[in-house]
Amino acid sequence: MFQGSRKWLASLVLGATLALPAGAQAPATPTPGGTLNMIAQPEPPMLMVGLNTQGPTLYVGGQIYESLLTYGTDLKPLPSLAKSWEVSDDGLTYTFHLQEGVKWHDGQPFSADDVVFTGESFLTEAHPRWRLIHSTYVESVTAPDPNTVVFKLKTPFSAFINAFELSSFPIIPKHLYEGTDYRTNPANQTPVGTGPFKLQEWKRGSYIHLVKNPEYWKKDRPYLDELYFRIIPDAASRAVAFEQGTVDVLRGGDVEGFEVQRLAELPGVQSTTAGWEYYSPLAFMPMDLRKPPFDNKLVRQAVMHAIDRDFIAQSIMFGQAKAATGPIASTTKYYTADTPTYPFDIEKAMALIKESGVDLKANPIEIMPLPYGPQWERLVEYVRQQLDQVGFATTIKAVDAGGWSQAMSDLDFNMSVNFTYQYGDPALGVARHYLSNNIIKGTPYGNNGGYVNPKVDELFAKAAQATDEATAAAAYTEVQKILVDDVPVIWLFELQNTTLMHDKVHDLVRTGIGLNEVMDEAWISK
Amino acid sequence: MDTVRFILVRLAKAVLVILGVAVMNFVLIHLAPGDPAAVMAGEAGAGDEKFIAQLRAQFGLDQPLPVQLWTYISGILRGDLGYSYRNQVPVAELIASRLPATLLLTGCAFVVSLVIGVGAGVLAAWRRGKLTDTAIMTGALVFYATPLFWVGLMAVLLFSIRLGWLPAFDMETVGAGFTGWARVKDIAAHLVLPVLTLGLFSAAVYARLTRASMLEVMSLDFVKTARAKGVPQARIIRRHVLRNAMLPIFTFASLQAGQLVGGAVLTETVFGWPGIGRLMFDALLQRDYPVLLGVFLTTAVVVVVVNLITDLLYRVVDPRIGATA
Repeated sequence: MFQGSRKWLASLVLGATLALPAGAQAPATPTPGGTLNMIAQPEPPMLMVGLNTQGPTLYVGGQIYESLLTYGTDLKPLPSLAKSWEVSDDGLTYTFHLQEGVKWHDGQPFSADDVVFTGESFLTEAHPRWRLIHSTYVESVTAPDPNTVVFKLKTPFSAFINAFELSSFPIIPKHLYEGTDYRTNPANQTPVGTGPFKLQEWKRGSYIHLVKNPEYWKKDRPYLDELYFRIIPDAASRAVAFEQGTVDVLRGGDVEGFEVQRLAELPGVQSTTAGWEYYSPLAFMPMDLRKPPFDNKLVRQAVMHAIDRDFIAQSIMFGQAKAATGPIASTTKYYTADTPTYPFDIEKAMALIKESGVDLKANPIEIMPLPYGPQWERLVEYVRQQLDQVGFATTIKAVDAGGWSQAMSDLDFNMSVNFTYQYGDPALGVARHYLSNNIIKGTPYGNNGGYVNPKVDELFAKAAQATDEATAAAAYTEVQKILVDDVPVIWLFELQNTTLMHDKVHDLVRTGIGLNEVMDEAWISK
Repeated sequence: MDTVRFILVRLAKAVLVILGVAVMNFVLIHLAPGDPAAVMAGEAGAGDEKFIAQLRAQFGLDQPLPVQLWTYISGILRGDLGYSYRNQVPVAELIASRLPATLLLTGCAFVVSLVIGVGAGVLAAWRRGKLTDTAIMTGALVFYATPLFWVGLMAVLLFSIRLGWLPAFDMETVGAGFTGWARVKDIAAHLVLPVLTLGLFSAAVYARLTRASMLEVMSLDFVKTARAKGVPQARIIRRHVLRNAMLPIFTFASLQAGQLVGGAVLTETVFGWPGIGRLMFDALLQRDYPVLLGVFLTTAVVVVVVNLITDLLYRVVDPRIGATA
């Protein structure tokens, strides 16, 4: 009886503590010092973000390298290595004024020459996205003086100002890379950036240890002394590590979806889905539109009706997702909800298929899951079940990452799953999946289904070359209406990655690039 | 002189076997769809054809397969295991940095399973039909039939989370900076769970083998004679029975020893052990051919060497074998 009441009392106290608003517990002033433990999952192959743009590489490398700009949760550009910038009225000239007194980790001064080298040489050779932007839009990158960089464009490109965060335009030290073979340069092993942390030790298979850069250009920053990125290959072990306090932060994808829900409810744990606005990953199913059954628009619309996207978001993704309505994520500025809708309706789906006159049994399809773990497999199993229900003849073809890339690149698939980052502007992350000039063999991230619509091409081009936001917005609204009616891919959901952290961690997620942001303002209470 | 010739012949054969294994691995791996360039482009989230073609040229993947094979084999003959473009490190360096962790883990598991297994087997045979025997054999059956990863997870749940006695992952406490004995103790504590997880299966096999083999020998005439002569039971077990029951145990031990390098992928994954098994697994997923082939080759070399040592030891344990080899 006594014990029972004590337990009751304890839960009362606990409840009262939890009921306090989060701000009330947090001490107001940051305290310097301390170590932050995180997880790098999977272990990055290298930390040189100019050569590898995988999630873990950016997460760790983002503390070492910096870009000209970063973006707020509202996607507005914010200063980083550029302290201010101007865009000319014709939209052709972008001038960046750089921070002064910035040094590379090896003590060399950082200057506009490094930015020119990065934009004209390094990234044009080694970076998959910048080389495309550069060859399409950029005429020249020049440095009129050591603290100014000027980008001149061939045609206006409204998304250009959004292409300067870490994963798109990391600044590379010219003095270490000029005249070398970038990919085999030994400097890749000892990354030298301008960021608030330096690489101390990388014990492959165990951890990556970063330490404070005492000469960081921002005064009295960073607050933290050390960062550890632990390598823990098993998802269950990663959950244990967080629960035990071995690590302080879990990034989206570090643990399984059902664990996120459980861990978020533990006392002393805070969670947020903020910090993904710039990337806003959106999952969709590409289909081979060149042959039946998906060459028929009615069949594609039927698939949209046959799949319950809310069910997927809630039950398969464990609430870490939100149903998508079209090609552009609802967190992106040009999103419109004013498009055709496809409520979950099996009857309607069957009616559409009947109307299409397509013999589904004569055109069996293979669905290829995304090889990223059990949730993506469950997703495909659910889709298969729904499609079979409306008369499709389906099989699942499971592959590993290499097989998936190969099949998608060779355009050798019927239906698969993929997701795309928006990169703050539809011209950077969305258009590539629908433009007819992007139907190319050899990459899994183009217009793999083979969608061709001259009107869509025209509208995307018009939006990209607009010099004012209103023109771009109008074009994007129209293109969304056309696409959603045409259903070139099956849109599934917007991923809502959750960051979990223990209460002692403060100011970790501040901008739209979340944990890839430099952690110079993050601090921990003792 | 005879032994020296035996070793030389076996060594020559071993080199051929290893080369054969290398060629076969190479061909098999290249049969799988997808190459490092495709995987890397996929991870980059973009990449036009030219970008991928450029990566292929850099990896040498644009060369005809026989040319690639020749480059690889001639490299091996020069002692060059290749370069992991993905990790930007020579393969030999990568393997050398991960091999000690695996050898420590599997080596400890080998010794522990041998000691526990043979000990339990001897005890069970000695106490045949008694409660001890039943208990040991039931335990052996359980560990024989239970999947490794499950044993590992349960052990973590009990000893790390519930009781908090032992660390659940890593090889040593990260950031603690222990040196000397403190470090040894720290690593030892981290070793307990993975070693038990990895070793219990083999221990179960040793226990069953030892017991069966001992009982067989115990029924032979010379044991009865010894007993009739009044030799003490403990001495009979040690000198007469165990020595003669050793061969099957020895055979299984040599098999286990052959897996010392490559056989710990699951355990290393569950316990976050920075070993070579995980290196191999990651390399496989990323189609990092040079690393994968390097690990396979290392494994093959270890297996061949262990076999050679085993054959030599057989001759020591049972001199009759030497005559026919």
